[in-house]
Amino acid sequence: MSTVGATGEAARRPFPGRRARLGDVLLQGVAGLAALGAFVLICLIAYKVVDGSRLSLSTFGLGFLRHVGWDPVHNRLGGASFLFGTAATSLGALLLATPLALGIALYLTELAPRWIRGPVTALVETLAAIPSVVIGLWGVIVLGPVLHDHVMPALHSTLGFIPVLGTPSATGTGIFTATIVLTIMILPIVSSISCELFLGVPAELKDAALGLGATRWEMVRGVVVPYARGGVAAAMILGLGRAVGEAIAVAQVIGGVDNLVSWNLFNGGNTLAGKIALEFQSSTSSLETSSLFYLALILLVFSLVMNVFAQVVVRRVARRQGLVAR
Amino acid sequence: MRAADLGMLQRPNDRLRRRRAVNRGMELLAWLAAAIAVAILGIVVWSVAKRGASELNLDLLTKPPVPFAIGPVQQGLANAFAGSLVIVGLATAMALPVGILVAIYVNEFAPRPIRLGVGLTLDVLNGIPSIVIGIFVFGLLVVGHGQKGWVGAFALAVLMLPLVARSMIEVLALVPGSLREASLALGVPRWRTTLGIVLPQTVGGVVTGTVLAVARVAGETAPLLFTSSIVGNQTSWNPGHALQSIPVAIFELSEQPDPADHARAWAAAFVLLLFILFASLSARWLATRSRRKIGRAGR
Repeated sequence: MSTVGATGEAARRPFPGRRARLGDVLLQGVAGLAALGAFVLICLIAYKVVDGSRLSLSTFGLGFLRHVGWDPVHNRLGGASFLFGTAATSLGALLLATPLALGIALYLTELAPRWIRGPVTALVETLAAIPSVVIGLWGVIVLGPVLHDHVMPALHSTLGFIPVLGTPSATGTGIFTATIVLTIMILPIVSSISCELFLGVPAELKDAALGLGATRWEMVRGVVVPYARGGVAAAMILGLGRAVGEAIAVAQVIGGVDNLVSWNLFNGGNTLAGKIALEFQSSTSSLETSSLFYLALILLVFSLVMNVFAQVVVRRVARRQGLVAR
Repeated sequence: MRAADLGMLQRPNDRLRRRRAVNRGMELLAWLAAAIAVAILGIVVWSVAKRGASELNLDLLTKPPVPFAIGPVQQGLANAFAGSLVIVGLATAMALPVGILVAIYVNEFAPRPIRLGVGLTLDVLNGIPSIVIGIFVFGLLVVGHGQKGWVGAFALAVLMLPLVARSMIEVLALVPGSLREASLALGVPRWRTTLGIVLPQTVGGVVTGTVLAVARVAGETAPLLFTSSIVGNQTSWNPGHALQSIPVAIFELSEQPDPADHARAWAAAFVLLLFILFASLSARWLATRSRRKIGRAGR
């Protein structure tokens, strides 16, 4: 990188008394335009989504975020149930996926023999490559019935005193199924980033802990975890962003119930992204279409905030790790 | 280590035993987590393969769907396969040149602050949910004009751009500076150095990045739902009309109650999965090969 930069500096300044070549100016101009285009694209996306939701914004204002229910016939639309569904499914998925992902990362970096590490890493990354529509298809036809017939009744009868594990729904679809599907989808992201972080922990620190007589787990808890904590937080944020934005798989398994905010996870529900995916083609009025844009606007704002936040965390971690390594 | 362990064992020590037990337990949990992840992948792939392979036949690729079919009619998803080919091909044609140009700018021309800015822009673009991209393109190009195949391709291209540009930036950074210096020292203009010397070095990387990006967007449903999904059943190659695609077809079939529709969805999912797994594996293989080659050129 530094060599590239150095060459760049030297070549960017033409020799004194010599004017810049036409080709150079052209290439730099066209390439610069392309880079500018990427930035303009983001602005255009933000503008179009805000523009599309203008009607809904002026009609409902911020009350849209508190109103439960989606009644296009009487023009009473609200996003509260979708906000709830999004929060429940993606936080639930994060809660399930994080320990699993950390376990995978620890196994791969600390425990696994070398010959097993490559194939398992490749397998976990393959999991990330499976399209969401295929996972959704599997979720609604294979996973849903299994959860409904076996897992939900078992959870209800053994842990039913916890209010979120209420009576199982009539079908295999619902918030719970969506949470499981999202868990599967964000698992590879969180685990592959954690894996890289754990590999970045200096071997001297680990050896020192082991040399002092710590068991492997004590070494992980005392050295690896504190060292990688910030990065793991960033990985979790990225996983959360993926879970919140996932539309298709969620739309397939969540049941599409719009007017319900229920603490029973076995009930049907809907998320912001799922609602957009399920409803867009059947939207009847311009106000309803505009309200779907409003939902997209919420998603967009959330994804921008999460992304920038994750970037800041990553930069800070990178800087601190740079200091430690030196 | 071993000898010390034995010595400790002979004088039983409750604290040590507890620490060992905790360690054993945690190791077991980590092992279990890895096993669960591999098992999940196995189950997903296995159920798609099992259900898909039994439904797979040539009709799926060659025959269009028959609406309201009664009884065993030979029907397939030819329209979806043709549409996916056209849409993904067009999307690649749109995203690839722009992605390469962005990478050239970042690596060869941009001063440091702009380089970081473009990197952040690409990350943000990559983080926008695909359904939002779909809605954006709907608002930009579909409202008032109707759905078209190339509009769907544009939506996919927006998704591809950050992927292609990111991988290109990484590959360009691998090209040794000495190569540029040698070319510039011979009096070759900068633009010819970039296009004629640096860029050819990265062909392997371009192919890898493109294949990975294609594998990623070939399975995308959300952006096509609003841009190219209201379609007929006849096979069409014309991007001026709305085209069916494999992911959208799977999504629509999975919402149907008829098991025969599910069967076709499984078969299509199987083909899609095969394509994606093949593409990512070959891209991984190509990546290791081209990386080695670029490294050699520097020496």
